[in-house]
Amino acid sequence: MVDIAPTSDALLMAKPAPRTQNLGQIIRWLLLFIGGVIMIMPIAYMISTSLKWPHEVYNVNLIPEEPTIDNYIFVLEDGRFYWWFVNSIIIATITTICNLLFDSLVGYTLCKFRFPGRTIVFIAILSTLMIPTEMLVIPWYLMSQSFGWLDSYWGIMFPGLMTAFGTFLMKQFFESVPDDFIEAARIDGLNELQIWWTVAMPLVKPALAALAIFVFLGNWTAFLWPLIVTNSVDMYTIPVGLSGFGDEADVAWELIMTGAAISTIPTLVVFLIFQRFIIRGVVMAGLKG
Amino acid sequence: MYRNLTIRQKQIVWAWAFLALPVLFYSVIRFYPTGNAILISFQNWNLLGSRTWAGLENYEKLWNDPVFWKVFKNTFIYLLLGTPISLVLSFMIAYHLDKLRFMHGFLRMLYFLPFMTSAVAMAWVWRWFYQDVPIGLFNNILAGFGIPQIAFLQSTTNALPAVLAPAVWAGLGFQVIIFMAGIRAIPTSYYEAAKIDGVGWFTVLTQITIPLLRPTIVFIVVFSSIGFLRIFDHVFNMTTNNPGGPLNATKPLVLMIYDTAFNGFDMGYAAAQTVVLFTILLIVSLIQLRLLRST
Repeated sequence: MVDIAPTSDALLMAKPAPRTQNLGQIIRWLLLFIGGVIMIMPIAYMISTSLKWPHEVYNVNLIPEEPTIDNYIFVLEDGRFYWWFVNSIIIATITTICNLLFDSLVGYTLCKFRFPGRTIVFIAILSTLMIPTEMLVIPWYLMSQSFGWLDSYWGIMFPGLMTAFGTFLMKQFFESVPDDFIEAARIDGLNELQIWWTVAMPLVKPALAALAIFVFLGNWTAFLWPLIVTNSVDMYTIPVGLSGFGDEADVAWELIMTGAAISTIPTLVVFLIFQRFIIRGVVMAGLKG
Repeated sequence: MYRNLTIRQKQIVWAWAFLALPVLFYSVIRFYPTGNAILISFQNWNLLGSRTWAGLENYEKLWNDPVFWKVFKNTFIYLLLGTPISLVLSFMIAYHLDKLRFMHGFLRMLYFLPFMTSAVAMAWVWRWFYQDVPIGLFNNILAGFGIPQIAFLQSTTNALPAVLAPAVWAGLGFQVIIFMAGIRAIPTSYYEAAKIDGVGWFTVLTQITIPLLRPTIVFIVVFSSIGFLRIFDHVFNMTTNNPGGPLNATKPLVLMIYDTAFNGFDMGYAAAQTVVLFTILLIVSLIQLRLLRST
């Protein structure tokens, strides 16, 4: 059997187009198109409902008769969503930066250095992939309680500052950096920190971008741990806030849809802008990580 | 002093300097809590009183708890329904999408978009879809055709599949992309040889495409299995008025853990449940390693 290793580049390589566009192809296209439209219906209805007046909400029409941004104004003037949004941005950004720095530094060290203890560190970090977050939340909570980290940015962020997944993704990509480059830099008198930062890091930019996307999206949508660690309304992240908001008595569905849209639209916009790039990153991370 | 070291010794110093903080992090934030969770599972503790040794009491309690067995069953129903359905759907989509050139990128985008959404937000959207007439979209559409209403989230039989649907929906795009990468990686020479031999498409599919996709299939099965075993966000948000309800019909293990720990404050009992979850995930991962090795 041949070793088939799918690569991200293979995905982007166009196959030669079939010469004849027969009826089968047209039917295939139509069915896939209908399936695709069904796939985005929940997103479409969420956005459409967030633009509807209350009297129109229970109408199944996708296009609002009189579109309004009143729901957005109402939700943002309420103030809470504004803070949740800011909290989520801050937390996801700091966590992403930390992951990029530490995961790549550890990945680089494990890949390019030979030192006693290397195998043990490698296996130890690898083994944390097996430990589910759900098992750690109780000890993390107790830890946060005794150190006073409950209900703080640090409390929300600390479990995710480094990930084994990111470390191995980066380690894989540093394999492609030739040792000669590093040797040459050493001869030029750069110290190891400078070599990592100025020589190795620029060569793995695509991997860093893929990791950034995964970490940011993961933290933007994270729910269980922020739900446990926060307890004052102004420390909530968007998912925790939205969950509580939806659960309040007598909240109108169009307002819940507006909140849902506020939490979803940023990632959708980022995706639509960097689509090709993100899909490539997902394949890289999915198959190498 | 540093100047007198050999190149090799300098490397060792640098390596450990780079690893110092990460090693501390993994010890304190990953390994210590793991040990702690296992330790707490053998204790009785309600956060306020003192911690007392309980031995296997929590595990015995779990064994005799009918709610746990219900939850255990639910968790595996999520897995056994979710994994095959999303595997088959994503393969079918990827297989056909791969054969199309016209607006290929656009179609791919439609399928991938749900992966970029937040589970909490989409759980609320689907929850709205599932409401009764005149609120919910699905029942409104059914009513438009004169079909009787379906109780989705209130019914003990329908609620679990109803909660599972958005989880499958959200993960589909990722699996389609991975499948397409796998399909593209199969050398075209196989297909050309098949064409010369005049082999039908079904034989090509079952004799070339699927066998050569085995690593991709194993990856997707394991990835989605672990996801379904850890399902929480969707269930919690679609049943906030009665988490895991109706009558625990949708409650997965992670929700039971959350409930026991942070509503019941029975930390020892909750920790025992996390150890069970850990064991289940470990077994699934080991099966994966075995399957991968035999390819």
